[in-house]
Amino acid sequence: MSNGAESVPIAAIRRVGSVAVFLGQVLAQVPPAFAKPRLIVQQIYNAGARSLVIIMLSGLFVGMVLGLQGFDLLQRFGSEDALGVAAALGLLKELGPVVTALLFAGRAGTSLTSEIGLMKATDQLTAMQMMAVDPVRYVVAPRFIGSFIAMPLLNAIFCGIGLFGAQLIGVSLMGVDAGAFWSQTQNAVELNDVAEGIIKSVAFGTACGLIAVYEGYHAAPTAEGVGLATTRTVVTSSVLVLLVDYMLTAAFLTTH
Amino acid sequence: MQNNRSLELGTGLFVLLGFAALAFLTTQLPGTSLKLSGGSDGYGVTAKFDNIGDLKEGSPVTMAGVRVGRVESIRFDPRDFKAAVTLRIEKQYSEIPDDSDASIQTAGLLGGKYVGIGPGGSETFLKEGGQIEFTQSAIVLESLVNKFFANMASKGPDAQQGTAPAATGEQEKK
Repeated sequence: MSNGAESVPIAAIRRVGSVAVFLGQVLAQVPPAFAKPRLIVQQIYNAGARSLVIIMLSGLFVGMVLGLQGFDLLQRFGSEDALGVAAALGLLKELGPVVTALLFAGRAGTSLTSEIGLMKATDQLTAMQMMAVDPVRYVVAPRFIGSFIAMPLLNAIFCGIGLFGAQLIGVSLMGVDAGAFWSQTQNAVELNDVAEGIIKSVAFGTACGLIAVYEGYHAAPTAEGVGLATTRTVVTSSVLVLLVDYMLTAAFLTTH
Repeated sequence: MQNNRSLELGTGLFVLLGFAALAFLTTQLPGTSLKLSGGSDGYGVTAKFDNIGDLKEGSPVTMAGVRVGRVESIRFDPRDFKAAVTLRIEKQYSEIPDDSDASIQTAGLLGGKYVGIGPGGSETFLKEGGQIEFTQSAIVLESLVNKFFANMASKGPDAQQGTAPAATGEQEKK
């Protein structure tokens, strides 16, 4: 697509435009894609259910680290009881959505990109077009919807397990009182905080899904091209997630 | 066919797990509905406080700094306009004198409130359904600060001459 001689800024702008145009194409095909729910279920399984192990393990360890670090810090102020609040708010608002999205980009995003890229490299997408089957509707849209649905669920699982991990360290190992841990947490966490995390993870699911299918669909149809596209998926999704996270955090803080 | 079934099973499991986690986060965390296990052991006594501050159900009950139970329920008593707090005290601490006093205290700088029990001298002990008569409410930091500044202001320049007795300070204010 690119003609090589473009300067870097122009190429970057073109790329942003190309992603935006592709987003429009995909969104237009989202409602018709629901006519084939089996394809979507398949993608929820691929993106969500198969990421479950890595998400749960990471959630547990992130929660345990939060428990340790939080305890060490709060102990200095004699406020170990606030550990539950610190862990819950940290997980719900920031760590849960962001770490889930980064893991998702690495685990599910790459597999989406290489799958679509390989379909392109082996002319499967062209064959579909020749049969008047729209590859965006039958290949791209279900994968996009799949990651859109899977991300908030993975995030919720991550937060739940993480909280359990923090509780494991704080209460069982460090001896914070269980009643104080939970009652303070319930006192401090509001539905707004939970909603903030869910909204963030929906946004990240959209961003990661879009980048993954875009890179796959626009990969150079060679073995090298698919490899490069897969790398680009991880890099672009990670940066985009952190950027969007900053903007959403700023937005939530100012609207509160 | 077999493949389809395991796919549906896996997806269903994942979605259910996700929604279960979501339900936990939305209903259990912001609420006060989470019941801690092992709460029904031991015996319950009530104590009435003028002001409980931000004491919560599940907060610890301590004697000499050691946890002996937890707050089971908090409700407002409309007859004497006080907060009726039910404390669930563990079985092994069955010999707490019935003239003990209960006070609401704060753990650390940022910590939550807890109920501290100071032992009395009675020969009879608290038992199920008993009541702690002597209570001290939560100390509200703001009113304490207000009092302090009111005292300072009323003393005025006299305060510089040394430690004026608190009693004269009170009289000058009136």
